[in-house]
Amino acid sequence: MIEAIVEYEFLQNAVITGLLIGLVAPLLGVFIVVRRLSLIADALSHITLTGIAASLLIEKRVSAVDDWNPMYMGMAFSVLGAVFIEKLRKVYKHYEELAIPIMLSGGIGLGVILISLADGFNTDLFSYLFGSVTAVSRGNMWTVAVITTLVVIIVLMFYKELFVLSFDEDHASIAGVNARFVHFLFIVMVALVIASAMQVVGILLVSALMTLPVASALRMSVSFRQTIGLSVLFGEISVVIGLISAYQLDVPPGGTIVMAAVVLLMISMLYKKFRSGLFEKGEKV
Amino acid sequence: MAQEPLIELEDVSFKYDRNWVVENVNMTINEGQFVGLVGPNGSGKSTLIKLMLGLEKPVRGHIRLFGKEVKKFNRWQEVGFVSQKANSFNSGFPATVYEVVRSGLVSRMNMFQLFNHNHKNKVLETLREVEMEEYARHSIGELSGGQQQRVFIARALVSDPSLIILDEPTVGVDSEHVTAFYDLLAKLNRERNLTLLMVSHDIGTITSHATHVACMNKTVHFHGSTEDYENMDDETLSLMYGHSLQQLTHNHEGSSL
Repeated sequence: MIEAIVEYEFLQNAVITGLLIGLVAPLLGVFIVVRRLSLIADALSHITLTGIAASLLIEKRVSAVDDWNPMYMGMAFSVLGAVFIEKLRKVYKHYEELAIPIMLSGGIGLGVILISLADGFNTDLFSYLFGSVTAVSRGNMWTVAVITTLVVIIVLMFYKELFVLSFDEDHASIAGVNARFVHFLFIVMVALVIASAMQVVGILLVSALMTLPVASALRMSVSFRQTIGLSVLFGEISVVIGLISAYQLDVPPGGTIVMAAVVLLMISMLYKKFRSGLFEKGEKV
Repeated sequence: MAQEPLIELEDVSFKYDRNWVVENVNMTINEGQFVGLVGPNGSGKSTLIKLMLGLEKPVRGHIRLFGKEVKKFNRWQEVGFVSQKANSFNSGFPATVYEVVRSGLVSRMNMFQLFNHNHKNKVLETLREVEMEEYARHSIGELSGGQQQRVFIARALVSDPSLIILDEPTVGVDSEHVTAFYDLLAKLNRERNLTLLMVSHDIGTITSHATHVACMNKTVHFHGSTEDYENMDDETLSLMYGHSLQQLTHNHEGSSL
């Protein structure tokens, strides 16, 4: 595969984009999981699909628009969706999780209509749903690189605020943290990363790359920093194994990446069991 | 040196929907005091704390912290808060004791400021003060209730506040560790001249450690030194509390044994 990567630009794009996503999706995923917002990632990914569908339809109907990159429209929808979820969460203060099914089904519903109108049930759509090794352009790769850099810088700069907000919201507000601003910034970053990850992992499996590596890391880590480090490590391992096997088996990388993450999760659970088993024995002796 | 009032409440009232939970509260807490705020369940103690911390806004009246209206108050590094353990955090949260205490420094830091070596020393020093230094690398979730509350005291202390507000911090802590917890608070009050306001329903223990007591049932009925409180006769107490007298005087007598 190494020779192929050197030879083909599309493979370079997929691998580099994959590695960027493998870093940034679990990085935000840690905060998503500890704040119990896992389903928001799902809702946002489905809204991204609506954006893609809208883009496909415009491309088809408006002759002036040719070869439009649906990723940008997906990003715009994802960010707008994030803003709207926050609004809904405020309206239904006592039923905050209602925002998620509303956006998720609304996104899919509109998406299906738009895709049908665009006659879009074809291979292109398949690659948006489950990812593709061949569909990432150089331009997309650079966009993802810029987003990754921005997200990493923002997470570093707001690390302490994000930590306090995740650990104890009351304390954050007493400590003078502008919770609304930091949360808004966070949710917009999540929306951008979801739209970025879509091309490699696919819309239906983006949230898995944000949560599964974190689920594995949680089994093994003691500190928050360690959780972030291990999550990113597991994310990258999943991407590398997933991309290689997708290329070899000629299947969508979304499936192989997520399955690699599932295997890592199972290993981490066995590890925990094995370790606590050892401890129990040790105590008895 | 004249004592500076740290918390001033002036005719403070607050309601949830149509129910008044706090009515016309007047109270001043001065520097160096250790005030126990006691009262029956549902008497508005926790709400009063939320009002003082700016988490809720009063319907009527004024609240001043360090002489400044809460709305405009911005020296939050001067105020620490320790809440009931049960609802303050997710016990599966992957963080070490060190990381939790360090998060208390946020109120002292600027927005883009990163943690540095001085912060590290400060955290370790504070953990030593609450006798939890050896647990610095332990996960917060694996500690006992009493140990967790010591960590949260350290988180409140690490920004060198002048005032710490505690909302029933001993709920969920084993009774054998409760006394040690109060001893720690009394020590901080004496040695650091730290002002403490602590909500509690355990009148017995609070009167044996606090310097002042405030009794509340929607409004503050008594606020004075612990001695004055203990010298009060049952008649006055019953006027203050009405129906909940029995349980309270029982605890009160229990404490003086």
